[in-house]
Amino acid sequence: MRKKRRLYLMLTSIAVLGLAVLLVLSALEDSIRLFYDPTEIVEKGIKPGQDFRLGGLVATDSLERHEIKGAMVNKFTVTDGNETVDVTYVGLLPDLFREGQGVVAEGSMNSAGVFVATEVLAKHDENYMPKEVIDSLKKRGEWQRDKSAKTKAGAS
Amino acid sequence: MSAELGHFFLVLALGMAVVQAIFPMIGAARRDGRMMALGPPAAYGQFIFTVGAFLALTYSYLQSDFSVAVVAHNSHSLKPLIYKISGVWGNHEGSLLLWVMFLALFGAMVAHFGRNLPKSLQARVLSIQALVGIGFFLFMLITSNPFDRLPNVPFEGNGLNPLLQDPGLAFHPPFLYLGYVGLSVAFSFAIAALIEGKVDPAWARWVRPWTLLAWVFLTIGIVLGSWWAYYELGWGGWWAWDPVENASFMPWLVATALLHSAIVVEKRDTLKSWTILLAIIAFSFSLLGTFIVRSGVLTSVHAFATDPERGLFILMFLALVIGGSFLLFALRSDRLQAGGLFAPASRESGLVINNLFLSVAAAVVLYGTLHPLLSDAILGIKSSVGAPFFNLVFGLLMIPLVVTMGFGVHLQWKRARLKAVSGKLKMVTLLSLLAALMVLYVTYGGGIMPVVWMGLGVWLLLSMLQELANRIKLFQVPLKNSFERLLRQPRSSWGMSLGHLGFAIGLIGIVATSYWSLEQQKVIPVGDSMTIGEFTLTLDDVVAIAGPNYTAVRGAITVTDKNGNHYMAYPESRTYVASPMTTTEGAVRTTLSGDLFIVIGEMQGTDRWGVRVYYKPMQVWLWIGAAIMVLGGFISLSDRRYRIGSPEGKKAAQKNKGKQAHAV
Repeated sequence: MRKKRRLYLMLTSIAVLGLAVLLVLSALEDSIRLFYDPTEIVEKGIKPGQDFRLGGLVATDSLERHEIKGAMVNKFTVTDGNETVDVTYVGLLPDLFREGQGVVAEGSMNSAGVFVATEVLAKHDENYMPKEVIDSLKKRGEWQRDKSAKTKAGAS
Repeated sequence: MSAELGHFFLVLALGMAVVQAIFPMIGAARRDGRMMALGPPAAYGQFIFTVGAFLALTYSYLQSDFSVAVVAHNSHSLKPLIYKISGVWGNHEGSLLLWVMFLALFGAMVAHFGRNLPKSLQARVLSIQALVGIGFFLFMLITSNPFDRLPNVPFEGNGLNPLLQDPGLAFHPPFLYLGYVGLSVAFSFAIAALIEGKVDPAWARWVRPWTLLAWVFLTIGIVLGSWWAYYELGWGGWWAWDPVENASFMPWLVATALLHSAIVVEKRDTLKSWTILLAIIAFSFSLLGTFIVRSGVLTSVHAFATDPERGLFILMFLALVIGGSFLLFALRSDRLQAGGLFAPASRESGLVINNLFLSVAAAVVLYGTLHPLLSDAILGIKSSVGAPFFNLVFGLLMIPLVVTMGFGVHLQWKRARLKAVSGKLKMVTLLSLLAALMVLYVTYGGGIMPVVWMGLGVWLLLSMLQELANRIKLFQVPLKNSFERLLRQPRSSWGMSLGHLGFAIGLIGIVATSYWSLEQQKVIPVGDSMTIGEFTLTLDDVVAIAGPNYTAVRGAITVTDKNGNHYMAYPESRTYVASPMTTTEGAVRTTLSGDLFIVIGEMQGTDRWGVRVYYKPMQVWLWIGAAIMVLGGFISLSDRRYRIGSPEGKKAAQKNKGKQAHAV
């Protein structure tokens, strides 16, 4: 009796776990966003229309704002010190967006080679520098501010 | 001077922890009462010295002693008092000190309230608690000493991000940590039980209040964090499945499961090894959350490379604690005798299903959180897993959980009749189908998921109300008698009812705000209007104002609804002087039917302003639901039966057992 019960319980658990695994795998395919820095975009020749995350520094004095029919269109350049990518984003930029600081944006390239951002991520930690961007800048030899590279606390 | 004193206290506390770890454990094995008796005083000593260290660090912050490295990096002499204090734990080193102080506090509480526990059990619990403490003390002293001095003392500190200067965020980490650390007690009890080779209902009765306490604090901590993200960041969301958020949510899921499985151990003397396993897993998630968030590993594996010493220590500590306890579990769990049998349709089964889905959900969140880390470490591919993944998988897993919840509370222990329960729920089901149809009608064309979810939420709420009504025999006996019955409900059943009702209310809020939020962004000149849903916003004026440490522009906006009622909203955009950054202070109007959240952006040209508006239907239901859940937890904690380890509590429990047969 007890063994049978235990068997049922095991089978149910395995079934639920199996279902969850299937669900995870199918959902994962659509929601994984790869992360590229400008150099990788140029080297890898990312296809237009493919969603990914772009990260780097917002180039100083690159931000231009236009108003088109009541919508706010932002144009700026993201750099990793090696290559640059032009970005457009429609909407209000988040509080933490500043020129000369790190940014991560989600979107895709258009046929003109401009990154069209659908979302500019607002949640950085208090160092104002997303970790992926730090890594990328280090790789490109652009990182000098070692003090802030040391992991300080996250924003939680 | 205070920094050196703090450092000294920390070393003394470590010494106390070593005593507390070694002697009670040996004493318990040899049945040596004198050695076991060393446990409580060592626990008090450890607590007192840790508090001393914490006060010393706080003093350095209050004095703005910038020769202390963490103070210089995280404080500023002009910072308001409350944020100087909260700055103590607003960084890696200080947060560890807070963590270990809570750990020592819980150890001292086990020593104090656990005087009536079996001596050997208390000794072993204290010893395990101290072992965890030793790990933390060493970690701090070796890699993250909060009392390190700077060779060159700066004149002014680096300040604190103004975004983090918010009461919600100031008190979010302490509550979260109380929750994390509270789970250490359940963990210590579990390990002690494995060593003793004995788990019985009495054990579960001692563990439950600790788990409940941890769960309540964890809930408060998570909600405060979410509240802060919603009101302060002004991006229109309250949950983003960010790794930091997930790290606190995973222990919550497992703690919720543990809370429920411990009930089965207490009432029915079964599911023992599973409960032990959950206690271990829950605390493992706490450790994982603490370390991984604070060390920044989650956002990048390369955080290890910037500080290899810290990373190595964390990995070793996690492997030792988690691996060690799983090993012990594998070796010892077969000693735990299985208890009472139960039928597939029974409250026990309901709770098993609850546990199953909660644990699988926790596993899914874990996988989604770690996936970017793994793919970076193994394949060198940088990626992130977005919210759609979590929403889809987690959402689907929650459906059976909610159904089980609504049914489960009506089921009897041991053997229940599903038919009788479905009969009882006929009205409830009918009503919620009606509600779903109404939702379908109103939101026609908006997809089927919100309809299903809203129907489920209403069903759960009504089912919980019906359970309460059945318990007080509403409409079966005169109203006056029902009312008397209501007042006589034991506190733990109040806790159960409120906990579940709060969940249902929160769920309804989550469904509404997730599926039906509106967002509108527009650049308009003063005098112009924009509309969102049934509201019209007119920008009347924008003025420049000056605050104590910031300058700001403030918009004056008239909001008119479709009935012509109107009110004024004053959103601000602030620029801080000390650290040149801008924050938005949204104007939020909260009603039961929804929040209208207005944010004003920077100037666009000369007289044009960016205005962003969100309409978040039933957002406040989420906060209300969470508050009810927490209230339920506190009421349940005050139940006499759970006076921790007290013999009176036990006797009273036995005496009341007949009366409270239905109470959980």
